[in-house]
Amino acid sequence: MIIDLIIPAFLTIITASTALVFVAIGEIVVEKSGVLNLGVEGMMVVGAIGGFAIAVITDDPTLAILAGALSGMTLALIFGLLTLYLYSNQVATGLALTLFGIGFSALLGHKFVGLTFSGLPKLNIPGLSNMPGIGQLIFGQDILVYLSILSAITVTWFLDRTRWGMIVRAVGENHDSAHSIGFSVTSIRLSCILFGGAMAGLGGAYLSLAYTPMWVENMTAGRGWIALALVVFASWRPWRAFFGAYLFGGITIIQLYAQGLGVDVPSQILSMLPYLATIIVLVVMSREDSRLRLNAPACLGKNFHTSG
Amino acid sequence: MLTIPRLQLCGVTKRYPGVIANNNVNLKIMPGEIHALLGENGAGKSTLVKYIYGIQKADSGSLVWCGKNTKVTNPKMARKMGIGMVFQHFSLFDALRVKENIALGISSKLANFDLENKIINISKRYGLPLDPDRYVYTLSVGERQRIEVVRCLLQNPSMLIMDEPTSVLTPQEVELLFRTLRQLSTEGVSILYISHKLQEIKDLCHTATIMRMGEVVTTCKPDQETPQSMAEMMMGKNLIAPKRFEKTIKKHPALVINDLNVKSDQSYGTDLKDINFTVNRGEILGVAGIAGNGQKELMAALSGEILAESSISIKVENIPIGAFYPNQRRDIGMAFVPEERLGHAAVPMMSLWENAFLSSTSKMNFLNNGFIRVESVKAYTREIIKKFGVKTPNIQNIASSLSGGNLQKYIFGREILQNPRIIVAIQPTWGVDAGSAAAIRQSLIDLTAKGCAVLIISQDLEELMEISDRLSVIFEGQLSPAVKTESITAKQLGMLMGGVTVFSEMGAIENVC
Amino acid sequence: MFVRLEARPTASKAMVYQSPLIAIFLTLIISMVMFWLMDTDPFLAVNAFFIEPVSTIDGVAELLVKATPLILIALGLSLGFKANVWNIGAEGQLTLGAIFGGGLALSFFDVDTPLLLPAMLFLGILGGMFWAAIPAFLKIRYNTNEILTSLMLTYVGLLLLSYLIHGPLRDPDGFNFPESRLFHDSALLPIIIEGSRLHIGFLLALFIAVLTWMFTIKHIIGFQIRVIGLAPAAASFAGFKQKKLIWITLLFSGGTAGLAGALEVAGPIGQIVPVISPGYGFTAIIVAFLGRLHPLGVVLAGILMALTYLGGDAAQITMNLPNAVTGVFQGMLLFFLLASDVLIRYRFKIGLTKKEDSLG
Repeated sequence: MIIDLIIPAFLTIITASTALVFVAIGEIVVEKSGVLNLGVEGMMVVGAIGGFAIAVITDDPTLAILAGALSGMTLALIFGLLTLYLYSNQVATGLALTLFGIGFSALLGHKFVGLTFSGLPKLNIPGLSNMPGIGQLIFGQDILVYLSILSAITVTWFLDRTRWGMIVRAVGENHDSAHSIGFSVTSIRLSCILFGGAMAGLGGAYLSLAYTPMWVENMTAGRGWIALALVVFASWRPWRAFFGAYLFGGITIIQLYAQGLGVDVPSQILSMLPYLATIIVLVVMSREDSRLRLNAPACLGKNFHTSG
Repeated sequence: MLTIPRLQLCGVTKRYPGVIANNNVNLKIMPGEIHALLGENGAGKSTLVKYIYGIQKADSGSLVWCGKNTKVTNPKMARKMGIGMVFQHFSLFDALRVKENIALGISSKLANFDLENKIINISKRYGLPLDPDRYVYTLSVGERQRIEVVRCLLQNPSMLIMDEPTSVLTPQEVELLFRTLRQLSTEGVSILYISHKLQEIKDLCHTATIMRMGEVVTTCKPDQETPQSMAEMMMGKNLIAPKRFEKTIKKHPALVINDLNVKSDQSYGTDLKDINFTVNRGEILGVAGIAGNGQKELMAALSGEILAESSISIKVENIPIGAFYPNQRRDIGMAFVPEERLGHAAVPMMSLWENAFLSSTSKMNFLNNGFIRVESVKAYTREIIKKFGVKTPNIQNIASSLSGGNLQKYIFGREILQNPRIIVAIQPTWGVDAGSAAAIRQSLIDLTAKGCAVLIISQDLEELMEISDRLSVIFEGQLSPAVKTESITAKQLGMLMGGVTVFSEMGAIENVC
Repeated sequence: MFVRLEARPTASKAMVYQSPLIAIFLTLIISMVMFWLMDTDPFLAVNAFFIEPVSTIDGVAELLVKATPLILIALGLSLGFKANVWNIGAEGQLTLGAIFGGGLALSFFDVDTPLLLPAMLFLGILGGMFWAAIPAFLKIRYNTNEILTSLMLTYVGLLLLSYLIHGPLRDPDGFNFPESRLFHDSALLPIIIEGSRLHIGFLLALFIAVLTWMFTIKHIIGFQIRVIGLAPAAASFAGFKQKKLIWITLLFSGGTAGLAGALEVAGPIGQIVPVISPGYGFTAIIVAFLGRLHPLGVVLAGILMALTYLGGDAAQITMNLPNAVTGVFQGMLLFFLLASDVLIRYRFKIGLTKKEDSLG
């Protein structure tokens, strides 16, 4: 009987977690370069409406996905301009973007409430995808799920194995040193911010295109904030973020099944676990100097000023 | 055999507003030569080196590199030409590995897959042990410097510039470094070695160019000189004999420091070791030294910004105060004037009267149940301005609106009018116009007439010799025993500042001629 | 030809006051453009949004009702921001204040005494302080970033509320709705303007604003907070203790947020419900910035932001615009404020050639 529950449970977990994966991985890159972007929630939600709107208008999934990414990126551009070129406070700017993004997306989405869209095409490998159980699980997902896995792999490779990934990490670690060596801290950070925005947009687009193919005001419901927690929880490592996303996303599923299995913890208390876990991770990491140095970019949140 | 100089500078001049940093400087370095650039702070060494490495342009003069007239437009070009530079402050990334740090500092072409082997080869060849896989935050300062050196060596330089390289090294690490430099020299690499440490220059360098106040004093061969003679050239012979009146200082210790050991809280800081000294009532003790030898740490330890490990290591009139916080120290009569006017001694964006309150929050009874007696503070402020001749239209003006000299007078006034028993000041007249500087010095002398003990930490030897009763020198975190100002010469001071005399044999200072 | 930002020798005092005005002005202009692009008459929209809502006494009363929590929270936040302590968890502290204060009301639901209300407010303050003490402790003891800890605790707080309102605090006679009993008279705030929802909480907020102002300007703690935010090295020189100031600022902002929460449930809401605040804790951050971190500025900014909430409601009713327009205004206002704040410290320089000689 339990086995009957696992496959459907996993399927639900995948849909619940994919959006988080996108946002968290994008934010890891941003934070690794030293920028704290509290605006991811806003970028996510504009990605949701951007993707959905294009999906309804053109009925083309590819264009819709692109639109989602671009919407997030546009908001990220505003963030980048304000924090990198006008030296505005990163915390305040991020919050402003979230408020703006939620409101703006609701404004745009006003006309799209109640509309629907055919959804994203699912992978269809004859023979494999139709296999009951595992087949559907591994080979029958929609394209964004696979993209999310691919992004985790790519970003891991990028940060650890490429020269540019190393430069990004250097900029986040010590922007003064990076500058004296000759790297343009501002352009590198801007690129990372734009990437993070695009990823957040993709995460949002996943919600409106695949998770529930429709638009509802503020449909991200705080997932962006969870993704921020996730980044810290994962110690800024893409693979940990990937599994963490599945863990966090899975908590809701666990709740439903827990009650079915007779576990008597109130669902809200279970829902608190990811946040409490994040706080614990934060404390542990702030204490152990070496662990902190290894993972948290030392310049996180500090603005960079070229002197002269 | 090639006898073209590797590097030749002719008539290099560079002016900043109000000061000539380099005045008609000539320099010649041959291939394989280890050439020292010697001088105090402000002598013009860094300006010159910035010109060579392409960080700055000069106003006039020329640079000839391997026989060709060249203009170095930026550091990238300098590196391409074959000039490598190891700065005093490293550009490293703690959370990254050694090999990643090196890869970041060199062109991407060089940083190919074979980098690890190249690093191992170079470190073996030049005696600079480095493990490419270690994280930088686990390395000692000496090991970190090796990363910078290896970074340079990977680019096959024909000249290496080292800026005060040994200020952060242990004696053993210094030996290792020297071995590497000598090896490079035999391979034909020129080395420009910037330092103020006389013995090291004598041990290592073939030639030395001595600079003072932006000009080249002379170029000499260290092995034909003594540390004394080099010190003399570095300090200049024209020190004005101080106009001092005879003063008998009664031995009544006001401030006693015993076996003070302090760990620096700054990166690139200097730890203080076994500091011992006494300042008597009515006396001015001057601590001379080139910046970066522990002065900041000494100030912080005395002011209470860093607490002492043992409370008895600092005593004021026999009260152990090592564990006292700054305001507790002020309550028993201490006053402090830090080096940085704006940002440390005063808040730039706050008004003068608020800044007056900054160091008098507990002592002067300006608080009424926690509420500030604004009128009293303002009256106090006006008194400071009047008594110390501070030129400002309004006590509401913010501190950063005052000129350097005026602000410094104000800060001193603020401390002096609190009637301190002991006042500690670091660089009291740095960046201050002559008139204000004279006024500040006079007010310090006046304080001693009231029995106040004064400790001045400064790089300005003229000033120290003018007003101090006794002098001591700080070098690499250690203090030389204080001697009467009349009984020491500038030459001897220069040697102490250059680290020549070993402190444990301090009795011998009279024997050093 | 290029444009560069060059640091001013001293910060421009004029810009400190002009910057919010520039921001408001720009927000209005861009909003009108936005309305126009949406086929809505811009002038009608601005009227509906900003002018209509406060054209009646009732409207003004509602304005002040909404301004109360914003002002209270922002007062606390601005003190913290001044000292470089970033409390992003005011929303959670507000929630805890509502739970504590409201919880007391429910525990004594059959007791009539004038002491109940003050006790509720006091408990509300404690609740908020308790919730803010956690990030404070973690920051001081473990050097943990208070932005993330306070933010995480917001979610924990909201979930706690949800749990309580579905369980122990639910009205037993309430048909299983996730709402508490309605508060009885002793637990409700007195109304100032007959027939409106304006309660004494607003006066309390003004009072606290004045107290905060006096405190910041005249008390040594206020002085210490300003110094530590402006020049940490000078604070160290002066012997100010950073840990103490972190406790004070976080507890104070937690306390005001908790008070705001207790006032909301004892005032306009009159019971404990799953959603106590439409994001006041976050909007208050904007209020703090808009008010230049000054207690009196915060009062004005709080009223202005309250207007945007009212405007959003009004625009929804009269012009069929989604309520979300509020968020757009608020976000834009903060953007433009942050952007024009640049002009306080820097000025634009238009140059013809790139400066080649850099001072090292």
